[in-house]
This record gives sequence, structure tokens and C-alpha cells, in this order.
Amino acid sequence: MTQTRKPYTRPLDLKHGQVDMAHGSGGRAMAQLIDELFARHLGNEYLGQGDDGAVLPAPGEGRLVMATDAHVVSPLFFPGGDIGCLSVHGTINDVAVMGAKPLYLAAAFILEEGLPLADLARVVQSMAAAAAAAGVPVVTGDTKVVERGKGDGIFIATTGVGVVPPGRELSGRRARPGDVVLVSGTLGDHGMAIMAERESLGFEGADGQSPILSDSAALHGLIEAMLASGAAIRVLRDPTRGGLATTLNEIARQSGVGILLQEKSLPVKPAVHAACELLGLDPLYVANEGKLVAICAENDAERLLTAMRAHPLGEAAAIVGTVQADDHHFVQMTTAFGGRRIVDWLSGDQLPRIC
Amino acid sequence: MKYISEFRDGELAQKIAAGIRGEADPARRYHFMEFCGGHTHAISRYGIVDLLPDNVRMIHGPGCPVCVLPIGRVDQAIRLALDAGVTLCTYGDCLRVPASDGLSLLKAKARGGDVRMVYSCMDAVTLAQKHPERQVVFFAIGFETTTPPTAVAIRQAAALGLKNFSVLCCHVLTPAAIVGILESPEARAGQIVLDGMVGPAHVSTIIGSQPYAFVPERYGKPVVIAGFEPLDVLQAIRLLIRQVNDGRAEIENEFTRAVTPAGNRKAQALVAEVFELRPEFEWRGLGSLPASALRIRDTFAEFDAEKRFPADYASVPDHKACECGAILRGVKRPQECKIFGTVCTPENPVGSCMVSSEGACAAHYTYGRYRDV
Repeated sequence: MTQTRKPYTRPLDLKHGQVDMAHGSGGRAMAQLIDELFARHLGNEYLGQGDDGAVLPAPGEGRLVMATDAHVVSPLFFPGGDIGCLSVHGTINDVAVMGAKPLYLAAAFILEEGLPLADLARVVQSMAAAAAAAGVPVVTGDTKVVERGKGDGIFIATTGVGVVPPGRELSGRRARPGDVVLVSGTLGDHGMAIMAERESLGFEGADGQSPILSDSAALHGLIEAMLASGAAIRVLRDPTRGGLATTLNEIARQSGVGILLQEKSLPVKPAVHAACELLGLDPLYVANEGKLVAICAENDAERLLTAMRAHPLGEAAAIVGTVQADDHHFVQMTTAFGGRRIVDWLSGDQLPRIC
Repeated sequence: MKYISEFRDGELAQKIAAGIRGEADPARRYHFMEFCGGHTHAISRYGIVDLLPDNVRMIHGPGCPVCVLPIGRVDQAIRLALDAGVTLCTYGDCLRVPASDGLSLLKAKARGGDVRMVYSCMDAVTLAQKHPERQVVFFAIGFETTTPPTAVAIRQAAALGLKNFSVLCCHVLTPAAIVGILESPEARAGQIVLDGMVGPAHVSTIIGSQPYAFVPERYGKPVVIAGFEPLDVLQAIRLLIRQVNDGRAEIENEFTRAVTPAGNRKAQALVAEVFELRPEFEWRGLGSLPASALRIRDTFAEFDAEKRFPADYASVPDHKACECGAILRGVKRPQECKIFGTVCTPENPVGSCMVSSEGACAAHYTYGRYRDV
């Protein structure tokens, strides 16, 4: 009887290896990538089932919330975060601002041929750390590989599921005249961190490090604390791409109201303000990844603000404006200078001014 | 932020605004033009109009670099990107200026043209160095502020011996445009009342305050050079009101922290070395103005995209309903254009004034249109 040799598979070369087309072909190379990278870092009882879909316990009561978000950020790594943690935080936040407790995530990876495996490993580890810290497991996933030049390193699409308890109603349609607008912290940190990295602007603080870090963070803990305060919260939203201005315009349109901001009250870090000034950008339109906008009843605003400031992710929270009756659904701002102006929808991307 | 927040102080603004209300003669009206788009932007963004009495009216001038660019020039750049296959680099705002056939440089990019936005023309030189196989063209636009950097880029390219870098030069001159405004048919016919001008900020740091001397001398109108911060603009308006009240017409400099009478001689020398006057240049709104723009000297001819590529300039009329021309001459206000805010919006600009945040139409649409309703 011949003795079968124990098969030996050379482990993934996470130091010098690169993603190649075989990693997406459905064969052994792909199985290995899943085992040695994805399952190893993201593994949990559901992902470990190894089937086409994850079988999950049905939540007892309440309604399901589902949100999906595709992440295509360039560069993949930036001061304060990377595409991995961003893809976890972004989707958790989309679920959480509906008032839901986020339960599960699904992740789809589109990898570009030639991507260093070391970069992929770094991204997956960052996702795993973010998911573990948030207590929201990645329960199913998918991997595809596209030819060199047809992707941008890594694209990650994540989908999240959560449950809203009975009786909790949050929606962009519920803002009413008289309500108060709050933000949970400083504006524009993520967008400027990305821009500084992308354009190699090399901002340096006194310690030689970039003073502008992405604020990428999962907000469900902060949101639970806000809801627990008992304040009558009508709207929660995370002002990501397009910044606070875009989010408020969306809410104004959905609710059929106007919003008046007070420029003096808007929290913006001096470094972000300076960088925006240099590039001719407006922090109101710059992306955030760890901030939220809340709209609540006037009488509850102070209570809500106190609850937000008591949470580490809401220390710099501020009341920034009020909801008004306005048939034109304008978002306007009283400037620190003493005038008034519209805070309009963005047209196209923000482009730097010339002179 | 040091050196900026001081010039945006709301309390000080209220004091100057009170001063203006006290000094403006209620029996007369004041019409001032802010030449620069930077001032237009500041006035709109900080809501300065709200601080002025009703009898002080600001008229937006033509000093927005992309606004005065005629369609034919953008067409030239688009043809270079699409037909000549060059890598075309330019400043951000320029990408969205509407050109012929419903195109813009941004749309040309979507059609496969290699169009890049750069923060500095030196980025275009670096790109040419990195890609010797590509022809890189910098589409150079703007007033005197942006001209010295282009001169430096051309000299740098010459020093590096680059064979794949050139410049489509559309640099224009401020004093010529001021003459264009003051000599426009409407100005001569008395259809525009202009009591004074807020003079350019950054442009004046280069050319100084002297080049505007002809405005009070020949046209009897005061000029106050002002910085781009909102307090600068308010203070300049106050100084203009004083001159009008006193019956004076002088050059005054509010922007002394950056502008001298003679300007930046080093920058001027650089510009003179690389560029010479064009006999004439077509402007959007102002038509063809003599000696109003620059071209590259023969010494640097190999860096002149107009000589390197077959890209002749052809004049193209503006859209019939578009009032950008009249708005740039100060004859009409944005809200008086029939297509303002309806057909022409920042998402789908018909005219160039709706493109840049310094353009009169875009500034009014983006920041001030609540006043119209």
C-alpha cells in the first residue's frame, strides 16, 4: 500500500506576493486567499459556515434596516485610517443613523491584479479590528480580481443589517420648523486628510506629523447614548461625501423645510480651516467619516448636546442651527461677518479657485 | 487663523458698516464696481450686501479669469486634448467652462481626452518630465497674478531642455479690461453709472498701484485697491464713499500690507522676459481689445503650443440668450438674465459667469438668490 504524502501548500507570500488573476478564478489560489487572509482575520461562527450565504438568527422584534456602501477611496492608506476601517465604519454608520443596532456586515472585494498582498493584508486586518471594536461581525463576503489597470488597487463594497426597536422613528423627512440642528464634532477632517495625502501637500504639525487625521469611526455607540438621553431626535445622518452642506440640503428637501446655520457655531479644526483656505475649499462641503448631524425638538437640544459631549466621539458636539419654514427649502447661514448667504448644493466637485 | 481671522472680524465689520451708513449721503446713490472675481466672491460669501445701506450698490466686474475666456479659446484647448492627443493641464475652474458643441474640458475628459487639473503650472512641467513620451500642454489663463508662475514654468522647461512641454497662453491684462469697461458702448452712452472702482488685490501685488493712474486722470473716477478679505472690501467701499463725497478721484491703497506703487519688479521682469503684448485679444463680453493680452516671445517659441500644434483660434459667438457679456460689462445683473437659474445653473452652465465661484452669476446663484424670492 502506497503511503499518500501529506499535501503541502506554500503559504501566501504576504511580504512580496501580489494579487494575480488566479486569486479570483475560484480555484485553489482563491480558496487559499480566503483561508489565509479573509477567514483568518475576519473569521467568526457565521463566516466559518463556508456556505454561499450566512444563516443568521432572526431578530426577535423590531424592523430590519439594511444599508450598503461602496468604497473607492484613493489613496488606500491615509492619515487616520485606510479603506478597510472606512468600509466597516461607513456602513455601520448608515445603519446606525436609522436608529438601528447594527448586527452584521457583508463585504465584497474587487482587487486589481498586481496589488501587493501586504497591502491587502493590512486592509483586511484593519477591517477586522474595526469590526471587532464595533462588535459587528463580517458574516459573508465575495472576492473578485480584475486585470491590471481596470481597478484602483482595492474596491470594497459592504452591506450592513441592523434592527430598529419598535417605536423608534428616525428619518430625513421628520425635521420640522423650530427644531434644532446639532453636529457631533469638527467638520471636514476626513476629506482634508485624503486631499492632503492625494495631492502630496505634506501638511506638518509641530511634531512633524500631519495635523489632519481622518475621523473615520463607528458611531453606533454615540447614537445609543443620544437615544438613551430621551431627547426627541427626529433626524440622524452622517455627513460623508459632500459634507454638512449636502446633508442639510438633502434633509431640507426631504422634510420640505429650510435650515439656518450660524457660522460662528460650526466646529472646524484650525488645521483643517487653514488647509481649506489654502486650497480655496469650504469645510462645509468636505467629507466626514465619523461625524453625525442630529435634528431634535427645540426643548431637548441642550439635553441632547450634554449626552453627545459626554461620549468620546461627541466631545466637540455643537448646536449649529435651526429648522425654519421655507417653501424654497434653502439652507442658509448667518455669516460670522454679520451677513447672510445660501449654503447651496454642490455643483460637481469642489474645485480650487484660480486667483 | 492668524493673518486671516483678523480680516473677517464680525464686530469690526459692524463698526465699519455703521461708519458707512453714517457717511453715505442719503440724498444720493453710489455705484461701485468691484473689478475682481475675488471681491465678488467675498461680497457674496460673507453677505457684505446685507451690511450696506440701500443706496450703495455693488456692480460685479469682469475680473474672473474663466469668465472672460471666450468660447474659441476653450475650443482650442479641447481640440488639443481630443484631436492632437496631448495631455492638457489647467487650473480647476477652467475645466467646467462651456465651449462649442456642448463640450467643456471636463466633458472632453469623459470622451477620452487626457485632461488634468493642476494646482500649479510647475505640476505640468513635472508631468512632462515624468512622461517624455507625452506632449504636455499647460492651458495658461488668468490675469497678472498667474502670469509670473507661467513665466517661471517656461524658463524651467527651457533649462531642463524639455521637448514635450508647451503653453497655450491666454494670459490677459487688467488695465486693458478696465479701459474696455469704461469705453464700452453702454458706458459712453451713459447707460452705466460708475462712481468708482474697488481695485484688484492679488493683481496689484504684481503690477503695483501705478498702472491704474489713468482711471482718475482720464475718467475722473476713484480707485481703491483692496484685499480679498471681507473687511478689506468694506473698508474700500467706505474710502470710495469718502472720495465721492469729497469730490476727489484718486488712487488709494487699502491693501498696503501687500501692494506698493511699483509692484513686484522681479515678477514683472520675469514676465517681460518670456512674454510680449498681443496686438489684440478677444475677451468674452468685452470683444476684441487692443494690447490686452500676452503671447510667448519668439525666444521661447518652442514652448508655444499655438506654434507647436495646428490650433488656430476661431471666434465663436456666445449663446444667444446668455447675458454674460452684458454682465461682465456691468450693464446687467445676473438676475436680469432670462436664463439665470432656469436653463443656466452651476450644474449646467450656459455662460462662463455661472462656472467659477468668482463669476457674478455663480456667486449670486450660490450665495444670494434667496434675496430674489
